[in-house]
Amino acid sequence: MTPEAPLLEAEGVTVRFGRIEAVSGVSFSLWPGEVLAIVGESGSGKTTLLRTLHGDLAPCSGRVLYRRRSGETVDVHALPEPARRLLARTEWGFVHQNPRDGLRMAVSAGGNVGERLMAAGARHWGRIRAEAAAWLARVEIDAGRIDDPPRIFSGGMQQRLQIARVLVTNPRLVLMDEPTGGLDVSVQARLLDLIRSLVRELGLAAVIVTHDLAVARLLADRMLVMQRGRVVEAGLTDQVLDDPQHPYAQLLVSSVLQA
Amino acid sequence: MTDVTVLAVEGLSKTFTLHLQGARRLSVLDGVSFELHRGECLALVGPSGAGKSTLMRALYGNYLAGAGRILVRDGDEVVDLAAATPQRVLDLRRRTIGYVSQFLRVIPRVPTLAIVAEPARRAGLSDGEAIARARSLLARLNLPERLWDLPPATFSGGEQQRVNLARGFAVPYPLLLLDEPTASLDPPNRRVVIGLIEEAKARGAAIIGIFHDAEVREAVATRTLSVLPLAAEAA
Repeated sequence: MTPEAPLLEAEGVTVRFGRIEAVSGVSFSLWPGEVLAIVGESGSGKTTLLRTLHGDLAPCSGRVLYRRRSGETVDVHALPEPARRLLARTEWGFVHQNPRDGLRMAVSAGGNVGERLMAAGARHWGRIRAEAAAWLARVEIDAGRIDDPPRIFSGGMQQRLQIARVLVTNPRLVLMDEPTGGLDVSVQARLLDLIRSLVRELGLAAVIVTHDLAVARLLADRMLVMQRGRVVEAGLTDQVLDDPQHPYAQLLVSSVLQA
Repeated sequence: MTDVTVLAVEGLSKTFTLHLQGARRLSVLDGVSFELHRGECLALVGPSGAGKSTLMRALYGNYLAGAGRILVRDGDEVVDLAAATPQRVLDLRRRTIGYVSQFLRVIPRVPTLAIVAEPARRAGLSDGEAIARARSLLARLNLPERLWDLPPATFSGGEQQRVNLARGFAVPYPLLLLDEPTASLDPPNRRVVIGLIEEAKARGAAIIGIFHDAEVREAVATRTLSVLPLAAEAA
């Protein structure tokens, strides 16, 4: 293993909404190719942390450092807005829990994928369409649906399309907010398997926010357990799930029904 | 550690603190020390609940060690697994430490052949080599070929255990942890597993196992280590 530098580093990130501290002094490093799950109940601050990592929210103290493809390390929140947006389009991807937040529902499936490519600089129409078609196949959407708008797709298909839209630009870092959240269990399994194989094949680094410990077990190398804005436990996924140390982590793990 | 030492455990202790049961403390391992050399097979013996599986899990980094060191030879390096970063532990699991548990953790939709090939692929083999190795192990463990493209969720206990064994033996790990590898197997398949263990020893692997089956234990173990229950402590 080459001792590379981390891809993403959070240093003492604290986020406040008025008097409420939603995220308190969170620090961690994410290494290239690593998948990190952030688990915790609703209101624990995990989604706020994710949006802060992405630069959508600003921390009131602490910082988020990202190492660019060029090797340069940047402070995400110190970047001018256009530079951060460019980064978000070219090196990052964000998968929303609700596909409506990540797709344009009236634009064709092919258009949704092609649009991301164009935003990242692609111009040749034939190549964009071919690339979009290849990605639809990869996320198991039938080629015959390329001109249909996602508004008439099922929830599982919409989520797979959102993943294609995010991955088409070959990001290095993908942030996912409850990617299987609103889906039926049967649809979840297919999506999880898809995310799992894509992450491994592409060597992606990912941060996945989920309240579902089975999702964390399946996808993540490491995990953080959050409670009331703080990270109360961090470690290897199977170690945290099988031998949790903190009282809240023990409660979380023991509360899952065994199927 | 000498050249032939693969694993040296020094003063390993493990206490579980059960916060949901009034912070009750359960001491399971206390000052366990032993060494394991190339080509050896150490059988853990002791009554059920004495901590044999806990020891195995600690050696894999699945349970956190409470105190002590777990020194593992990794090529020219010696790594203390009890103090290593999660990234280092994952790295050891890819190439150095294999673990065959009693139960297969099934991944929805993933076919048997891909499940078995996965560790070999992660250890750095090409797709073709990993698949070839998976096929040969599944055949050797007498899992019918018509099952290979199915996810093992619906397989019998014995079939799932053979999938697990094929996974564990697909990579030539220098250190192999076997937690009741033959528990649900019939006699012919037990003999196949004895053969696999003997071959692993012959190539220099160091093995630690829990073998409830006396026939298997007597066939493969070169030494035994007693793991005895500790008295539970009050909080």
